[in-house]
Amino acid sequence: MANRVTNSDKQGMTLIVKTITRLTVGLILLYGIYIVTHGHLSPGGGFAGGVIIALSFIHLMLAFGKDLALRKLSQGASSFFESLGAIMFLTIALLGFIGGYFFFNFFSKGKPFNLLSAGIIPLCNIAICLKVGAGLFAVFVALILLEVPIRKK
Amino acid sequence: MMIYLMCLVLFSTGVYCILVKKNLIKIIIGIGIIEYAVNLFFILVGYRLRGRAPILAKEQVIQNMVDPLPQALVLTAIVIGLAATALIVAIAIRLYEKYGTFDITKIRRLKG
Amino acid sequence: MILPLFVAIPLGSAFIVSLLGKKLRGFADSFSNLASFSLFSLSLFSLLLIRKFGTIVYKVGGWIPPIGICMVLDSLTSFMLVTINLVAFLVTIYSMGYMERYTAKWKFYTLFLLMLAGMNGVIVTGDMFNLFVFLEIAAISSYALVAFGVEQEELEASFKYMVMGSLASSFILLGIALLYSYTSSLNMADISHLLAQKGDSKIVFFVSVLFIMGFGLKAALVPFHAWLPDAHPSAPAPISAMLSGVLIKALGVYALARIFFNVLGMSSISSSILMVLGTISMVLGGLLALGQEDIKRLFAYSSISQIGYVVFGIGMGTTLGILAGLFHLFNHATFKSLLFLNSGSIEYATGTRDLRKMGGLSSRMPVTGYSSLVASMSISGIPPLSGFWSKLLIILAAIEAKHFIFASIAVLISILTLAYYLKVQRSAFFGELPDALRGIKEVPLAMKLSMLALSIICIFGGLLLIPGIQKNFLNLATEILMNGNSYAQIVFGSIK
Repeated sequence: MANRVTNSDKQGMTLIVKTITRLTVGLILLYGIYIVTHGHLSPGGGFAGGVIIALSFIHLMLAFGKDLALRKLSQGASSFFESLGAIMFLTIALLGFIGGYFFFNFFSKGKPFNLLSAGIIPLCNIAICLKVGAGLFAVFVALILLEVPIRKK
Repeated sequence: MMIYLMCLVLFSTGVYCILVKKNLIKIIIGIGIIEYAVNLFFILVGYRLRGRAPILAKEQVIQNMVDPLPQALVLTAIVIGLAATALIVAIAIRLYEKYGTFDITKIRRLKG
Repeated sequence: MILPLFVAIPLGSAFIVSLLGKKLRGFADSFSNLASFSLFSLSLFSLLLIRKFGTIVYKVGGWIPPIGICMVLDSLTSFMLVTINLVAFLVTIYSMGYMERYTAKWKFYTLFLLMLAGMNGVIVTGDMFNLFVFLEIAAISSYALVAFGVEQEELEASFKYMVMGSLASSFILLGIALLYSYTSSLNMADISHLLAQKGDSKIVFFVSVLFIMGFGLKAALVPFHAWLPDAHPSAPAPISAMLSGVLIKALGVYALARIFFNVLGMSSISSSILMVLGTISMVLGGLLALGQEDIKRLFAYSSISQIGYVVFGIGMGTTLGILAGLFHLFNHATFKSLLFLNSGSIEYATGTRDLRKMGGLSSRMPVTGYSSLVASMSISGIPPLSGFWSKLLIILAAIEAKHFIFASIAVLISILTLAYYLKVQRSAFFGELPDALRGIKEVPLAMKLSMLALSIICIFGGLLLIPGIQKNFLNLATEILMNGNSYAQIVFGSIK
């Protein structure tokens, strides 16, 4: 098995980078999810966590080449998640009409400083994380995949 | 007082970049520097003397905290700046594809 | 209540079109038309709500202002809402036919609905930072829309527009930061209340200069106008109509009027600055429009000139002046978008924008020709069309406030406007049809319908001055601006 040279060995960076990436990219993703879900207890929230999650996918793409990263999260899927995040956020805002106002905090608030507290704020954080993370990854992929033919003037 | 003057120096550096530099990418970096300067100024507006970070944990009192509202506003402004930067970089790449150069004195087909 | 729906409906429709528009055929067209039609009917309904309830304040999320964000519906808001959603609805109908020539129509509708959401948000909000966020949403969507058909000139124009627009937004954010540091509040009514108590100080003057620079660039006042003659011609025709017809008014003139009259308080210095800038815009736009050969570039310079009229009228500060300025804003929205839609149909049918290559188009394209004639006569101020009444009111208001030099300049520029529109009509529509253009046909039905609807509004726009209708629509809007600092009392009184 050590003698098989596959196509994915030619793309991306050297072996050292690939080994370290295999170890750390899962931890980066987990860290991003931690920042998103604890957004109402400690600094962070949707924006910062979404950027970190997008960075973990970009890390994968930089170390292994674009084919493998696009197999994990394709361009169509990231576009889908982006719109899904925005529609989820808008639905949560419109559901506030149950309590009488747009964007009203209609969930039960629970005890302060618990993980499951503060009403709709964790759900909004998750929606924003989807949108920002998928959007940033989609922008990166679109700029990478743009093949620019160099015109000779 | 000195620190607000530093923000003004940063802002003027950004404006100098936009006005004088000829490369498209340097103009985009100039826009980025201006956004950093304005965001930094906004956060510094919220400083209170001997304040600490505005995080409320268990068994802590709300005393001596800096103003948390500008921090939330600047977070939004940073994300808006990110979107604008992404768009303008994409347009700059397409401009290179069409005109063959990054020099802004040569990209002058619209006049009059 | 209906106030958040003005922002929620276009935002939701934009993302649903982005999700499903690629897969289902014709879905993007019908869904966006449905969205803009519902917005237009909601804005007409808001006029009735104002009649019944007076100023309405909506607390977003149930938080009481000044802690929370509030949305304010008063007469100026509903006037602007009706203007913007009317033009947006008719432009959406037009783009059903026009955008067939471009690829990826669903991307166009997504960006268009996002821009509409941003503009509606700027108008209904009552909070300063919320105004900035919606302003950025509308501005970034318009940067992307100007570069939509990715040709050389469009990309260059969009780059220039983006650099200037980002600089202006940074100035506006700096102004908001300084205002927050002075009053420690972000709510418009609260700031106006606190500024009236604290009195005049140098920082308020600096903030007002920053706002004139920032919003003046969005409104294309001279000397901040340099992006407009490149950006408006390069965009696709429905986007040119939206940009020139509503975007520079919602983001520029409305924000200037709201902040200067209601929040900061109008002083004589700000009033004279606005009047002088307005007059210079009138003159410069008119003079530069005379020498243009590209039809859309001529219309863009004419936009600069007419916005100069509007800012001059609003900057005067008297009741008749503000009434005239707002009426001219409404008229300009209708006839300038009609003119840009006409130029779009000329481009669709003949493929050229150069006035020297056209001629005699009126014989083969009657709807375009006659609606263009109506719009040109209206913008030049020929009675009894709508433009005549608004220009007459501006000149009368200038004479009443004893600004005789400004009034005579306004009359001269009006004659100049007539001159270059006659040039457009003669070169494009009357005269000989060149041989290369013998085979052209009239444009498809969707485009014809919206042009006819806008020309009917141009013809009957003067009816807005009949005392019964004027009292309910224009006079109430004028009163809100004339009230000045008592905006704060009205808003605080309406919070239940």
